[in-house]
Formats: sequence, C-alpha cells, structure tokens
Amino acid sequence: MTQPIPQNGTSKFVLEARSLGIYYGNFRAVIGVHLPVERNKITAIIGPSGCGKSTLLRAFNRMNELFAGTRIEGEINFEGQNLYDPSVDPVEVRYRIGMVFQKPNPFPKSIYENIAWGARIHGFKGNMDDLVESCLRQSALWDEVKDKLKQSGLALSGGQQQRLCIARALAVQPEVILMDEPASALDPIATLKIEELMQELKKNYTIVIVTHNMQQAARASDYTAMMMINDERAGTVIEFDETNRIFTNPKDKRTEDYVTGRFG
Amino acid sequence: MLRKTFETELQQVKDNVLLLGSMVEQSILDSVESLKKRDIKAAEKILQFDREINGKRFEIENQLMILIATQQPMAHDLRLLASTMEIISELERMGDYAKGIANINIRMGDQPLLKPLIDIPRMAQKDVDMLHRALTAFINEDVEAARAIPIEDDEVDALYNQVYRELMTFVIQDPKSIERANWLLWVAHNLERVADRVTNICERTVFIATGEMTEIKDTDDEFWKNQ
Repeated sequence: MTQPIPQNGTSKFVLEARSLGIYYGNFRAVIGVHLPVERNKITAIIGPSGCGKSTLLRAFNRMNELFAGTRIEGEINFEGQNLYDPSVDPVEVRYRIGMVFQKPNPFPKSIYENIAWGARIHGFKGNMDDLVESCLRQSALWDEVKDKLKQSGLALSGGQQQRLCIARALAVQPEVILMDEPASALDPIATLKIEELMQELKKNYTIVIVTHNMQQAARASDYTAMMMINDERAGTVIEFDETNRIFTNPKDKRTEDYVTGRFG
Repeated sequence: MLRKTFETELQQVKDNVLLLGSMVEQSILDSVESLKKRDIKAAEKILQFDREINGKRFEIENQLMILIATQQPMAHDLRLLASTMEIISELERMGDYAKGIANINIRMGDQPLLKPLIDIPRMAQKDVDMLHRALTAFINEDVEAARAIPIEDDEVDALYNQVYRELMTFVIQDPKSIERANWLLWVAHNLERVADRVTNICERTVFIATGEMTEIKDTDDEFWKNQ
C-alpha cells in the first residue's frame, strides 16, 4: 500500500542523502554519501568522469531502478520521508522530483503537447492552455514559441528544445528539478540562457545540477558537492560547501587540484 | 603535470614581480644615496627610472588580465593572481616614494642638508631588506616568514621617531631651519610608508597560501600610538 509523501515542507533541506551507497549488481558505484539539498537553492555536483555524479543524481528520483540489478543502501529523505521506503510510489517520486537530461529529448509531438501530455496523465483538471503558457513563460521560451505551439518540438533549436524539456518538467509541478549536464550540448549563448533560467526557477523550485563545466558550477550554483572515487573505485562526496568557498579556498587538496585543473 | 602552459605563464609572472621588486629596491636606495651626496643628476635619473617601474607594473597587470581571461583561475591560482595584482600596485607606490625623495632632492637646489644623513639611510636599508625578504616569502609562499616580517616595521617606526625628534631640536634652536627640516621629515615619512606597504605584501602572501584574509599588524595604529 503506497502512502503519499508529505507536501510543501518548510524544513531547510528538501532532500538529504544519508550514508547512501548505490550498487549496480556487485559493483559499488557510490559509497557513504551524505548530502543535504537546501530548499530554493542550486546545488551543483562536480567531479571527474566516472565518479558517480549521474548515478547519485538519478538516485534522487529513483531513476536508477529502471536499470536491472540496481540496489541502494542508506536513505534519501525527501520532505522528511525516506524515498526508498516500500510505502513510497516511485511514480510519485518522479513527478515531484523532475529531471532534465544532457541531450534535449522532446517528445516527437507539438510544443503544446510536449507540455500538456505529462500534466494530462497526472490527472491535471485545470485550464490546459494556461498551464502550457505558464510553463513556457517560466522556462523563458514563451516569447519565442507562442505563435507556433502546434509545431513539432523537434523543429526547435537545441537550446530551445532544452528549455522545452524544462517546461515539460515544470508541467507536473515538481518541487525539485534534477539536471544532468543540461547545457553540455548547447552553445555558449544557449548555455547562459539556461543558467539565467535556473536563477529564476530557484525562486519556486530546488535545483540539483550535475556539470562537467566548472565555470558553470561556479557561476550558477549556491552549493557545490565535489565527488571522487576512492581506492575501491566507488564514488563519494569528498567535500561539500558553499560554491564561493569551493572555488576560492577549498579545504580538500583533491578539490583544489580538480578545480584548478591539476587533477590527473 | 596538467596545465603546463599555465604553470609556465605563472612562473613568468612571478619572475616579473621579482624584477619589478628589484627595480623598486634599487630606486629606494639610489634616492637616499643621491640625497646624501646632493647629486641632482642622479635624482633626475630616478624620475626617469620611475617611468620604467610604472611601465613594468602595467606590463605585469596586462599579463595577469590575460591569464585571468584565458585560464579561468580557481582557488589557489585565483588567490595568487588577484593578490599579485595588489602586490604590483604596492610596489609601484613604493617606487613613487623613492621618486618623491628624488623630487625633494631636486627642489632643495643648492641648499645644503640640514644635517648629515645617518638614520635616513638606515631606514632605507631596513625597508629594502624587509621588501626583499617579503618578496622571497611571496615567491615561496612562506607563511611563517610573511607573518614575521611585519613585526620589523617597529624598527622603521623607531628610526622615524628618532629622525623626527632630532629635526625638531634643529627647528627649536633655529626657526629658519624649518623648511630644510621639513624636507628631511618628508623623506623619512616616505621611508616609513614603504615598510607599511611591505606589511601589505606579507598579508597577501598569507592569503595566497592559506586563504585567510587578515591584517598581520595594524601599522598605522602602532605608528600613531608612539607620536
């Protein structure tokens, strides 16, 4: 019997990973992660390739379970409820904690339908036109697409497609948006648009972003978690602090080496 | 080692800072030496040399700007580049103090010195000695040395107070000596300020190495307490 997760909490942290370990079969990909995610802030996860950033991000909305043999230890609290408790419905988790991927992946449908579809299957009963407009405005795309809502989402530029995917994530009114390298396939201008958009979105949402672009983490986030693999090749958070601190005076030598480009 | 180009360029900046520092040291010693000898020609050369010092400072500033724009320095690198910007400006101002002394020498014309210079060259020597070690500490990021050097500012302040008292006795004995006493007081004041700026360089070195932004020694407060 699934129980709904408490709504609209007011505690400082929306999400909090505690002693989190993630396994793919026998392979331990992530170990011992403690990570608080503060409400209405942007938390960036940085670190070299293969250190478990995306695995950790996907654990925040139980996306890892879509791969067979994935197992979790420890817990992730969302609004005070352990996301991995048997009473929690993973479908609810995934619409309350939305996700935007590296490569823009709009549905091969109209711009309008890209947004309306998710809301409709989640039982949205309000005015759909208003919802579509509101989501497109929040994702700073409305002015560019308002006259061509019936056109295919795939006809948009890469940067516009990514903002459409953000609008689509917003349509089911999530509390948290997870972003996995949302700008790595975009040009610098489209990248800056996404970053500006994140600053707007954090007024109403909490954002966790995985990025390889350190300048992006430095520019766009409030907190930064630095991940690295240990001797057993399992990824873990080695330093977590305010972003300003991580990029001016990190405590851990490995973070220093990574952010100054001397890692390796 | 990753970022070999960046490392090489950082090294070039540091070498340039040392070069600028040695130019300033030279200028301070020459300004006092030429005053001691009342050598106006040498004083004029110092004015000329100060333009080279300023040029060197702009050259380093430009180098730093390019590094910041192209290499996006972070953490320690960022502290180093931002602090170096500060340090070269301190050095350039020290050069201006030496220029000020040369200007006083020129303005004195053919009037003799009020008294033979004894403590003033000592101040200059102490300044240069502190500056030299402060720049070595900067290059080596030697926090211990950087914290210790500013304490020696007291010696420069003591010499300044000595010069001040001595000049006052001349003024009291003969009020006509006011102008010539004032010139030398101004020279001593410039030299006293050099040591304060050495302290600023040491504070930057501590910041580069530790990320700690603190005043090692409040030089002005100490100075005025003794007046």
